[in-house]
Amino acid sequence: MTAVATSGTGPRAAAQASALLSVNNIEVIYNHVILVLKGVSLHVPEGGIVALLGANGAGKSTTLKAISNLLRAERGEVTKGSIEYRGERVDGLTPNDLVRRGVIQVMEGRHCFGHLTVEENLLTGAFTRSDGPGAIKTDLEMVYAYFPRLKERRNAQAGYTSGGEQQMTAIGRALMSRPRMILLDEPSMGLAPQLVEEIFEIVARLNKQEGVSILLAEQNTNIALRTADYGYILENGRVVLDGTAASLRENEDVKEFYLGMGAGGRKSFRDVKHYRRRKRWLS
Amino acid sequence: MGPFIEVVLGGLLAGVLYSLVALGFVLIFKASGVFNFAQGAMVLFAALSLVRLMSGELSAVHYWGAAAVLGVAVGYVLLLFWRRARPAAAPGRGASWGLIGVFGLIGAALAALHGTAGWSGWVAIPATAAIMGLLAVAIERLVLRPLVNQEPIILFMATIGITFFIDGFGQTIWGSEIYTLDLGIPKDPMFLLESVFEGGILVNKLDIFAAAIAGVLVAVLAVFFQKTRIGRALRAVADDHQAAQSVGIPLNQIWIIVWTVAGFVALVAGIVWGSALGVQFSIALVALKALPVLILGGFTSVPGAIIGGLIIGMGEKLAEVYLGPVLGGGIENWFAYMLALIVLLFRPQGLFGERIIERI
Repeated sequence: MTAVATSGTGPRAAAQASALLSVNNIEVIYNHVILVLKGVSLHVPEGGIVALLGANGAGKSTTLKAISNLLRAERGEVTKGSIEYRGERVDGLTPNDLVRRGVIQVMEGRHCFGHLTVEENLLTGAFTRSDGPGAIKTDLEMVYAYFPRLKERRNAQAGYTSGGEQQMTAIGRALMSRPRMILLDEPSMGLAPQLVEEIFEIVARLNKQEGVSILLAEQNTNIALRTADYGYILENGRVVLDGTAASLRENEDVKEFYLGMGAGGRKSFRDVKHYRRRKRWLS
Repeated sequence: MGPFIEVVLGGLLAGVLYSLVALGFVLIFKASGVFNFAQGAMVLFAALSLVRLMSGELSAVHYWGAAAVLGVAVGYVLLLFWRRARPAAAPGRGASWGLIGVFGLIGAALAALHGTAGWSGWVAIPATAAIMGLLAVAIERLVLRPLVNQEPIILFMATIGITFFIDGFGQTIWGSEIYTLDLGIPKDPMFLLESVFEGGILVNKLDIFAAAIAGVLVAVLAVFFQKTRIGRALRAVADDHQAAQSVGIPLNQIWIIVWTVAGFVALVAGIVWGSALGVQFSIALVALKALPVLILGGFTSVPGAIIGGLIIGMGEKLAEVYLGPVLGGGIENWFAYMLALIVLLFRPQGLFGERIIERI
């Protein structure tokens, strides 16, 4: 564990100071009874890619929805802690306010508008903008430059496009809002490995060329840690480990639990005894 | 040949009226997935408001109130245009409310000056439209917002509640007798194609007027849904609420817009039905005839509502005239429902409804 910064000094403290987005110790309760997040803190620096890792039900999606405030529509609620974007508290804002401020979420499972064409899907992303049709057209071409495949399929109903094309549509749609920060939820879900590579490569390029900061929730730890600069690992609604992507990749526990390549050769996550996991995280 | 064409034409024109009611259902269903049982009640409410504002038999308070609502609506629309044209120069939140309030007061003051004489249609129709807008805002605030993300059946039950409320409330404030609506639409029958057939074809001018209105309405709605930013947002909301929210489309505003548009459609339907039959409670029951129209045309299709209405109207009349003597009369009453049942068996999404896209 030595490679991972756990105290409030060094690079982490610096990251906190200049963070574009800070989530401070939030607790989320669904339906007034189900405690899903039990104190999650994380920071995304301007222009960074931060990965949020963990198994099913660890609280990754909930964290993203708490930030974008889509939580309320699912009868969830942030009951403790605070969320700050560029120094301003945003936990009381509506998703519409957040999109206007430049924070947009790409939801898990794509969620394209099935009966709209690909191009109409992209245009809905520009709903909150008021800078005129000219600027929107320019951005549409920008999205088509990143995703040439969408240009070919622009007049197809999104419901009939492939999973990869839908994921591209969903990301492109978010780009149309001119975001400063994208909350990207599980872009690899249900996609062929080759497509996953392609999409992550485009995400990395977007980050570099457009300067969009990205908070990425992902189960595919391997590719997430190759793309991101920094990572947080969630288990049962808590951050159990965080560090730079490089340090996490080298961490023995991460290797064993999430990358499936522990000291004793390749091993399934399922075979790691639960109590052993807990013991290591909590020690 | 002459009588046959006359029956078909009469059926088609009666079908237009069904279509107008069905259209309101489609709009709300498309944008919010809510089956709005209250559409018939809204038609009645709109027709009642209109006919009573024109009558000059109400107390001064009614006129002041209606004029204030109209003033507020005008102020709001002007403000919207101001915001669009010059976002930088537009007033802030507080000032906007103030401005809207001033418009409301101006409206009420003008009404007070005018006294309690009946309004002309040129004022009464916009005022009724404004009242339908207010109704939409109220429904969104009081019913839809608290029930967000509930099961469709719960929202459906809520609209049944709205139906009873609007029925009662409308009759309480506007009166519950039978009123004649006279907007100067010609109603007399006339003969077409007299040179082709002996005796020509008898049609009512009002029916032709209704058909023209329905055509215009559908064209406007089609452009609105396909070409405008708001229309696109409405379709997006219809497809996926959550995703629409995630790209920053505010659901509450969209619902207000769509209920307002449905209110306008109800007003048009109310004008046409009211002119034809008089404004009375039975208008609200017309909504039941819209159900088979919807099933036939598809719940999500604007053209489907129109064509469904035409088919049902025509089928009803043809069945009555040609099957009636064989099967015994009264076919007109159940024919539409049976047709709907058959369509449900073979094409559950209706003739023009959106195919249910399912991918795994």
